[in-house]
Amino acid sequence: MTIEVNGKSLEVDEEGYLANLNDWEPNVADAMSKEDDLELTNDHWEIINFLREYYEEYQIAPAVRVLTKAVGKKLGKDKGNSKYLYELFPYGPGKQACRYAGLPKPTGCV
Amino acid sequence: MSDVKKLMYVNRRAPYGTIYAWESLEVVLIGAAFDQDVSLAFLDDGVYQLTKGQNTEDTGMKNFSATYAALGDYEVTKIYVEKDSLDERGLLLDDLQHLVWEDEDEDWAEKDSIRLVSRAELADLMADQDIMFNF
Repeated sequence: MTIEVNGKSLEVDEEGYLANLNDWEPNVADAMSKEDDLELTNDHWEIINFLREYYEEYQIAPAVRVLTKAVGKKLGKDKGNSKYLYELFPYGPGKQACRYAGLPKPTGCV
Repeated sequence: MSDVKKLMYVNRRAPYGTIYAWESLEVVLIGAAFDQDVSLAFLDDGVYQLTKGQNTEDTGMKNFSATYAALGDYEVTKIYVEKDSLDERGLLLDDLQHLVWEDEDEDWAEKDSIRLVSRAELADLMADQDIMFNF
């Protein structure tokens, strides 16, 4: 499977996650969200960028409950809760946001 | 709600060359979702898994040592390191990563995750477990 981004075909796995982390650029998130009929706002980007930083530091995509707690600590309690994150990413903040961020499926998401 | 079980993941092998260390870490992170009483034990060559400054460039394997620092986020806060194994390899506690967890109830106070134990103490801890996973 592939996804078209700026005229380039990027390889993705059967669930739509990028096969090569290095293929990621912001346009990838835009292209993926377009397919989901979702318009990315600054609030979305805040979470996407947070996930990319988390991966950079720990080399894993966090499970959703870990993400929720970490967001609460970094960005404030009003954002570190399931309601806020699910409103942004209705398919599941762990899975959907990690996919947009070019990360693998979260480790420990069951 | 079922009873909370005491689970210990026992890591005895060097981090690279086999897949055991990474597999163990992944199982721990996945299993952390189940609210059990989890601890990790590092002994024999397994103590090398926690050393600082790992470089895997020439091995073709991903350097996953940074991931141990995420264990605290996954609420895995008990990491037992066998002191005898460190001694036998000429390693000190200071050669290992400083792993911490943050106590949300105490305004995110950082607390040490690694606890040095003797071989005899580790044997007692093992005897006290409901389930052990050996890697």
